Amino acid sequence: MTRTVSLAEMKEGREGIVRELAGGLAFTRKLEAMGLRLGTKVMKTSGSPLRGPVTVRAGNMQLALGYGMASRVMVEIQVEERGRRDA
Amino acid sequence: MRRVLLVGNPNVGKSAVFNRLTGARVIVSNYPGTTVEFTKGKMRVGSEAAEVIDLPGTYSLEPTSKAEEVAFKALDELGEGDVIVNVVDSTNLERSLGLTLQLMKYRKPMVVALNLWDEARHTGVTIDAALLEQTLGVACVPLVALTGEGVKVLVESISRPRVPTFEYEDSTRWDEMARIVGKVQVVAHRHHSLMERLGDVSLKPFTGALIALLVLGASFETIRLIGEGLIGHVFEPFFERVWAPLMLRLSGALGSGGFLHDLLIGKLSNGKIDYGESFGLLTTGLFVPFGAVLPYVFAFYLVLSLLEDSGYLPRLAVLLDRFMHVVGLHGMGIIPMLLGLGCNVPGALAGRIVESERERFICTTLMAIAVPCMAQIAMVVGLAGRHGALALAMIFGTLFLVWLVLGAILNRTLRGESPELVLDVPPYRIPYLRGLLKKVWMRVASFVREAVPFVLAGVFLANLLYVLRIVDLVGQIAAPVIVGVLGLPQEAAGGLVMGFLRKDVAVGMLMPLHLSFRQTVVASVVLAVYFPCVATFAVMLRELGVVRMLKASAIMVATALVTGGLLNLVLWATLG
Repeated sequence: MTRTVSLAEMKEGREGIVRELAGGLAFTRKLEAMGLRLGTKVMKTSGSPLRGPVTVRAGNMQLALGYGMASRVMVEIQVEERGRRDA
Repeated sequence: MRRVLLVGNPNVGKSAVFNRLTGARVIVSNYPGTTVEFTKGKMRVGSEAAEVIDLPGTYSLEPTSKAEEVAFKALDELGEGDVIVNVVDSTNLERSLGLTLQLMKYRKPMVVALNLWDEARHTGVTIDAALLEQTLGVACVPLVALTGEGVKVLVESISRPRVPTFEYEDSTRWDEMARIVGKVQVVAHRHHSLMERLGDVSLKPFTGALIALLVLGASFETIRLIGEGLIGHVFEPFFERVWAPLMLRLSGALGSGGFLHDLLIGKLSNGKIDYGESFGLLTTGLFVPFGAVLPYVFAFYLVLSLLEDSGYLPRLAVLLDRFMHVVGLHGMGIIPMLLGLGCNVPGALAGRIVESERERFICTTLMAIAVPCMAQIAMVVGLAGRHGALALAMIFGTLFLVWLVLGAILNRTLRGESPELVLDVPPYRIPYLRGLLKKVWMRVASFVREAVPFVLAGVFLANLLYVLRIVDLVGQIAAPVIVGVLGLPQEAAGGLVMGFLRKDVAVGMLMPLHLSFRQTVVASVVLAVYFPCVATFAVMLRELGVVRMLKASAIMVATALVTGGLLNLVLWATLG
């Protein structure tokens, strides 16, 4: 099963695939040019308290994004199916 | 003349390629945004000379920032016979090729330099350069610019560049790129290296903060140890045992007095040379830059260069990002502050690393006001050290508070918002020793070349100020402020006037006044805050423009008066 979360919400150490860049043209273009595009596989390497920046690794590169930007990058992650209580 | 334009993403090594092509020396570091101006040099292409232009790094040719606009404009002005050298990061081929494809649309002669080739190999990336060359229709040259491997082939390719043949639709750029990368690149699966793990640990809030404290503490201690060691074991013994006797002999030969004697040797105290008080060109004039300041400047640049080349600074920028937003800057705003600690001139230039006009104003103004340069710090340590560590702590603590409070005020009152951090965090790299030493040498040499004449001029001027009784005059006119508000002796006017030219000499002029604890702290802080030295002023004027510089100047003077006055009151109330 998969779920879509923002980079800001995603847990440290988790991997996922970028599915949406939810922002204007300037935002999308900037991230695309820096190597964060739809379909890019990313791993979150750190977050910080008080809405501080988030860092992700994609291939050989590592990017730091402010919290606001990170919350507009939507990532598809695998979630384990758990707690199924039905028969 | 034919032009060679170096274009590429930030931090791919354009400046290192520039140095290799031109034999010039420009600063190379491991963080995006090291080059903020565009630098020109000359190289030989075949039998003719060509102009090489090192452009600030850009991720795309859709101008979204100042640096990108610069690249955009330079490309638009390309003429007949000009060549684009697209410097590419081989470890990040996918990202780099985005720009390459955009450049191809210009249909200009072009060469692709696959830089960081060795690092790509080490990280398990194999690129088929021949196949890439075939696909794009331009020469693709593997290169290690730092060590010079592949430079010969690159120069050859520049002498007979090809116009790219590759065609694509704009809307399919990313797909095309992915297709090319899939064809020419093989990435071996590998585990994260130790350096990568260390890199990640230094980004996480808790471990990162610990590492930052450790790194900054070690940096501080190293600078202090090297600076003090050099002064105590090399420079002071030289000036005391070798230079002073020589000067005494010269003093005798000049008749122990008179105009020339006082200009060169200055005043003797008890028949001896006192470098702090003599104020002759050959005594204090040489002791200040070489005996007191140079050792610290050298130590500082050694440590700074290590931090720059290792790739630690962008990590510090990420860690401090949240904090820097208090003063209206994002994390990269820490870089101009750190550079400013060496010398405010490169600090003011590095203000371009932050994107908006608003940020640049805050950044440059704060740096000029609250970040003392190493020359000034070294002299303040000499001046205030007499009153112990508490005096030093109060001086630098006050400056930090001024930085924080003034920054917060500017952030609240200036219109607009500061953009968020978007930063490419480069991998940790073991500094290339030869490159590092060259960089330290360049910076120390530039201090000797550019600062020492100013110091000598300052000492000369100091004599003039006293002989022409200008210090008395200014002191009398400004007495209400200097004595009334700041609680300093009237003669401190000399130092405050000199501060416009050179801060280290200005602090030096306070030495003979034998200031009290309170006066020392107030004078040191005010001298740092009230106005930048003339060299910094010139750069700020160029970077900010007349109107903003006037605004910055008003802020400086006001901050100096308020801070100095308050500090004087508080110290007077607590210490009497």
